[in-house]
Amino acid sequence: MIKKTNIIFSNLYGSENPYITSAIKRGDWVNTKKILKNGKQKIIDIIKESGLRGRGGAGFATGMKWDFMPKEVKKQHYLVINADEGEPGTCKDRDIIRNEPHKLIEGCLLSSYAVGATKCYIYIRGEFYNESLILQKAINEAYKKKFLGKNIFGLNIDFDLYLHLGSGAYVCGEETALIESLEGKKGQPRLKPPFPANVGLFGKPTTVNNVETIAVVPTILRKGSKWFLDIGNKNNSGSKIFCISGHVNKPCNVEEELGVPLKYLIQKYAGDVIGGWSNLLAVIPGGSSVPLLPKSKCENVLMDFDSLKNAGSALGTGGIIVINKQTDILSSIARLSEFYHHESCGQCTPCREGTGWIMRMMRKLVDNKCTIEEVNLLEEVTKQIEGHTICALGDAAAWPIQGLLKNFKSEIINRISSKKKNVA
Amino acid sequence: MSENSFRKIADESIQPQEFKFSKLNLDKAVNIKKNYPSNYPESSIMPLLMLAQAQNNGWVPKKAIEYIANFLKVPEIKVLEIATFYTMYNLSPIGNYHIEVCTTTPCMLRGSDEIVKACKKKIGINIGEVSEDKKFSLNRVECLGACVNAPVIKINENYFEDLDPHSFDKLIENLAKGKELKIGPQIKRKGSEPMKG
Repeated sequence: MIKKTNIIFSNLYGSENPYITSAIKRGDWVNTKKILKNGKQKIIDIIKESGLRGRGGAGFATGMKWDFMPKEVKKQHYLVINADEGEPGTCKDRDIIRNEPHKLIEGCLLSSYAVGATKCYIYIRGEFYNESLILQKAINEAYKKKFLGKNIFGLNIDFDLYLHLGSGAYVCGEETALIESLEGKKGQPRLKPPFPANVGLFGKPTTVNNVETIAVVPTILRKGSKWFLDIGNKNNSGSKIFCISGHVNKPCNVEEELGVPLKYLIQKYAGDVIGGWSNLLAVIPGGSSVPLLPKSKCENVLMDFDSLKNAGSALGTGGIIVINKQTDILSSIARLSEFYHHESCGQCTPCREGTGWIMRMMRKLVDNKCTIEEVNLLEEVTKQIEGHTICALGDAAAWPIQGLLKNFKSEIINRISSKKKNVA
Repeated sequence: MSENSFRKIADESIQPQEFKFSKLNLDKAVNIKKNYPSNYPESSIMPLLMLAQAQNNGWVPKKAIEYIANFLKVPEIKVLEIATFYTMYNLSPIGNYHIEVCTTTPCMLRGSDEIVKACKKKIGINIGEVSEDKKFSLNRVECLGACVNAPVIKINENYFEDLDPHSFDKLIENLAKGKELKIGPQIKRKGSEPMKG
């Protein structure tokens, strides 16, 4: 369990004012000048040593990502913050933006400096309009204090921070789709290579990071990489905001150490499963894209990147969707298939056609009109989509079905056969 | 999906004959352009469409698409493409209060179907429709990103969270009476913290 003194987002719930005076009292913007003075490479080194892994879903090492940027700044470099939070089950970045905006803004300055960027865009989903107003106000405050703008802290560092509002497209959470969108195009992912670190936003070297990743950077730089490493598990250091939704008595967001047991999270913070732990059916542990875990695996699984991977799922965004036994699991997953069908950008055929096909087949399954052969075909089709598309949206549409069939296939087959018997 | 009619380009008969930015929005538009490199005028399309939508009672008429294309000196198709790709642009009229109900799985598990039903019953409109007095319109949307406060609806730019059919009914009644609404959770909590007790 996380120690109170190790909590990064002390104002996660907005009990205090989000703006600069309160933020400074909470420790933001303290010693920022000293950190910048230590130089770019020092910042990258500390983040590398801290073992920070991206909090947006993929869990890629942040310091290593930064290292991909050209060391010599010959052209404009950009940092782009992915605040297009829309993975079902996930609502952590919203809390950072509305309650801890200065952690994000300071993180933007320090991270941009590390990757040689003098301009940074925060791409925030358009639905978070009120949150964007708070963030813009906080950015204006930082400009007024001369924490942003020209010649920051007299160190000859220039830095500008812009907000860009999305307009409703889940796929823009994919980094190259987000770049396309910022360039004023449809949010359709790009083929890689070239990677954004070489050819990114406006054709220039670009790093794209998640809100939570960037918002923890200032604290790590202040407290040191060892402090961060000591929290969490090996190769899974630090704390993370978990969002616990669905069938729990007290749905909530909470910051905990990586590697915290899932059962502990649900019972300690979210007031347990509705109807008690024995009433648990399954958990989707990392946002809607990851395979579900049946109850048996929820007993002991730890919430970090490696443990969840070993358990056959993924940490993803840390969005935990709890499903109890009064639920029709098929309709819950079928609804996700509808989501992916709706959000497919239409660029790659396996995803464009496959998500629609999966959705229709899942509806058929919900209505118990599928044959066993069709269930097998469904499984096969998800494998035809997985790995055959430009971005991970195809995978994300396939995995929930695979998770369902892996863990509930016998129930599904029983349902189909009992229907046959009834008809006979 | 197909049930959603706000995404269809409105009939000629209701398309306004002209569109131009108000003085205030024109100033805003000029400033927005400065946020992006001058050789990427397309970057301003998204924010300008949003500005046009806000100016035109929540929907983007064809003339606005033409106007923005001229304003940015980009081909009209580029603006139309953006307006039809991104789901937050309404291309036909909505009500004064545009109600968007999130129905993705986390909200579904907490009873968003009941909210959709309550909405149909209370206002008497289906998804994709505008009420006769043009006061309300109803839409079903994908994940609004407030899952620990499910079920969630969005009315114009505001989120209303932790709803049940009863609190939803009350919300609509207050809205119809023009009363001030409590934005955010409709139960006793401020944000995403666990409820007390």
